Amino acid sequence: MAFFDTLLGGLQLNENKNEAGADRARFSPASGLAKALGAFSEAARKYRVEWWILVAGILVVGLIVFMTVFPAIFTRFDPNDQSAGPQLGAPSFAHFLGTDNLGRDVGARMVYGARTILGVAIAASLLSALIGIPLGLISGFAGNWLDKVLSLVMDSVYSFPGLILAIAFAAMLGPGVINITLAVSVVYIPTYFRLVRGQTLQIKEELYVEAARAIGARKSVILAKYVFPNVIATVVVVFSLNIADAIMTEAALSYIGLGLPAGIPDWGMDLSMGKKFLPSGVWWMITYPGAMIMLLALGFTMLGEGLSEILNPRLQEY
Amino acid sequence: MAETGRETILEIKDLSIAYPISIGTVRAVEDVSLPVYKGEVLGLVGESGCGKSTLGLSVLQLMKPPGRVSGGSIIYRGRAGEARDILAMGQKELLDLRGKNIAMIFQNPLTSLDPLVSVADHFVEAIQVHESEVKRKNAIERAEAILGDLGIESRRLAEYPYQLSGGMRQRIMIGLALILHPDLLLADEPTTALDVIVEAGFTELLMKLKRQYDLTVVLISHNLGLVAEMADRIAVMYGGRIAELASVDDIFSRPLHPYTKGLMDCVPNILLDQKELTAMPGSPPDLVNPNPCCPFAPRCPKAMDVCRSKTPRLVDYGGRSAACWLYERKD
Amino acid sequence: MSAIIRAEHLVKEFPVKGSGVGKNRRIVHAVDDVSFEIDEGEVLGLAGESGSGKSTTGRLLIRLIEPTSGKIEYRGKDIISYRPRELEELRAKVQMIFQDPMSSLSPRMSVGEAIGHPLDIHGIGDRAWRREAVLGMMRKVGLSPAEYLYKKYPHQLSGGQSQRVVIARALVTRPDFVVADEPIAMADVSVRALILKLMRDLKDEMGLTYLFITHDLATAKYLCDRVAIMYLGRIVELASRDELFSHPHHPYTKALLAAVPIPDPKARKPKDLPEGEIPSAIDPPAGCHFHPRCRFAKPECSGGRPPLRDIGGGHLSACILD
Repeated sequence: MAFFDTLLGGLQLNENKNEAGADRARFSPASGLAKALGAFSEAARKYRVEWWILVAGILVVGLIVFMTVFPAIFTRFDPNDQSAGPQLGAPSFAHFLGTDNLGRDVGARMVYGARTILGVAIAASLLSALIGIPLGLISGFAGNWLDKVLSLVMDSVYSFPGLILAIAFAAMLGPGVINITLAVSVVYIPTYFRLVRGQTLQIKEELYVEAARAIGARKSVILAKYVFPNVIATVVVVFSLNIADAIMTEAALSYIGLGLPAGIPDWGMDLSMGKKFLPSGVWWMITYPGAMIMLLALGFTMLGEGLSEILNPRLQEY
Repeated sequence: MAETGRETILEIKDLSIAYPISIGTVRAVEDVSLPVYKGEVLGLVGESGCGKSTLGLSVLQLMKPPGRVSGGSIIYRGRAGEARDILAMGQKELLDLRGKNIAMIFQNPLTSLDPLVSVADHFVEAIQVHESEVKRKNAIERAEAILGDLGIESRRLAEYPYQLSGGMRQRIMIGLALILHPDLLLADEPTTALDVIVEAGFTELLMKLKRQYDLTVVLISHNLGLVAEMADRIAVMYGGRIAELASVDDIFSRPLHPYTKGLMDCVPNILLDQKELTAMPGSPPDLVNPNPCCPFAPRCPKAMDVCRSKTPRLVDYGGRSAACWLYERKD
Repeated sequence: MSAIIRAEHLVKEFPVKGSGVGKNRRIVHAVDDVSFEIDEGEVLGLAGESGSGKSTTGRLLIRLIEPTSGKIEYRGKDIISYRPRELEELRAKVQMIFQDPMSSLSPRMSVGEAIGHPLDIHGIGDRAWRREAVLGMMRKVGLSPAEYLYKKYPHQLSGGQSQRVVIARALVTRPDFVVADEPIAMADVSVRALILKLMRDLKDEMGLTYLFITHDLATAKYLCDRVAIMYLGRIVELASRDELFSHPHHPYTKALLAAVPIPDPKARKPKDLPEGEIPSAIDPPAGCHFHPRCRFAKPECSGGRPPLRDIGGGHLSACILD
């Protein structure tokens, strides 16, 4: 989609405008700028609300991702440094977001914590997708005993409350970033499976699948070239929404205290710590982790919802 | 443009319907003027995208937003004689009009009937919506009466749509349309989803009911055989405009507009020994932001320069009309 | 002329879902013992209304669905016994054109990819050669400018264009037999003539044989050499085009011909249409399937199945009356 290329161009320009102090010299020739802005405003007119939601989502997610890649731009403190500042220091010029009970800069913990939560959430979602999608494709297409067995298994897992399942796995596997990732991913495998299986069942009946058989394509080829490309659009949307959910799950797990060793900054854990000190009037330890979790999850949700409008191939022009 | 001496039941004047889209406006119907005379069957013929279905829906203001009428009027003269502009009617008046004065049947009988409602209840609802004081028993009696005219046994009243065949469902549709004795019936591709023998039976039935119920019928169809059989006059639409309007004989034997001629030449006739079908090259026009020109010009074998720069108007030539620069004086 | 396709006693039954097993199971008799052959280079029309089994027969012929019983021969070889690999090779030689071009093309494949895919599957030529072959085929079916349309997606094409893509895809491997399942039913009136002419020209140019499935007898008359009329899974009449249209024998054929709408206001209106509608294919009437609706029905008609007999000069009819 050519429009996406110009879209990317337009957005990079926007990001540059937002980053006060960002030292990115991204050269765009004037014609490229005009084209990008043109495509941007055309798309804005076309999709209205959904467009702005998508833009908002991209901005939020983009910002936080940027933060994970270049943390030094946002904070000069080490998140684990207990001598960074006074204990339980309120937000001040020296520490914008205050310090926690161990003297660590809250702002730094927010910045570096993003890596943890984002890393786990994305890795878990990817893993779920990598397992759930092929299984869904094969199951939906085969339709025989294999489908029945897999559906049974997946439906059982799916009917389990996600958080409890994650807790069970996390407790079983023990602490560690990889283990937490595995625990979270198990929860979402059925999501991809069911989605892809449902789509496959539908697409299987389409005339173009029959046509593919008529020209001699083998089942594996049909799955790869005819079914999968038509399923992928919905999957991409779900992927983003899934990450939002995985963020919440990971935060919940570490809030409970499962999974992550102490040395790794984590918003969920900070949230849990902050709760303890709230009664004594220390509001900054709990507010910022909570806000960040919410912001990140919201960002991915908006990204997913916005994408779902855009990527629908049979979009009505009205 | 109505003929003198003939009463019109519907007078469409300068009607335009447009849909805004991201890159401009789709002019689905443009400057259509069309009289419908009492007691006739008017065929509205054209291919997909010509605007005939949109035109049909607009008579009962059934168009879905963002499509909206951008100009013109539709004057309805009912049995009581008063003339009203349908486009100026409020919601309440429209609800009253639909079903009681003007009724419409659609293409797909499968989706037009509510699968959860029995046949009898369909009729009862149709009646009670307009005549709320009618008791259920009386409504069912009336339904039975009309089923007789439709050739359907009254035991079908207790059945549900899924138990009926396609042809029967379509007949139920006509029944529902006529139960309140409207004077105008709009039929939008009523036989497209039917098998050919069922279609022939349906056509016979429709003609019989027209006589019996003293109806005027506007038949919207792309099936030239169907309109040849049923229609008295035919309006050929192309690119949102009326290309030609004439009696059915004139349209088929002496077409004026090159598009009409092209259509006649490319439809196979089972009674003839046709070695060759003359096909029209190209495809129907894009109705987005059209330039002033004849919409058929790109495909017309007789296109002249004026055809590509000025839009021809529908001009009357002694009882029949055509929108073509071949006949209109270019001033 | 040798027969390129021969179908013998083809039967296809579908179980009705949820109707139990064994004796109580209800079966849809979609194709009920159908036999015919198609000569090389001819166009055989298979005409009928819904439920006639014509589409199913077409798919059986190229083994897109498996017959319940019966024999299908392609150039004398029994294709039912073909193993997957031979079947795959067969697909390069026998092809199908579908009814709805928008549904028979994957929305995610460009025109070039869709048309070129059969070449890819059968390993014909290398990449560069394939691209040229696809472009050549596109021009042959009237898709031009070919390079421009090569990259387009189905939703960007008109109905006529997308049907041409379907035709190009079917013909790109140079098959000799093509089953066309109502190829113009979804097209606009003015486009139909174009597609019909295209099919006819391509047939002559590429030496094709067609099975033309349709519910529209008028187009069958235009394109076909011989026409078979099907009713409720059986062939009720089979004759050369001129014979069938001028001297129809079977009452159902007569009814069908009488019911076809004529684009001529002065033409006769149909009279004496058969009563009722097409019965279900699960419990068809005994004997001749058409007898409950037939004006000429006699007691013998509800007896055994009437055979498809030659009533003179190769004109076959399944009506026992004269």
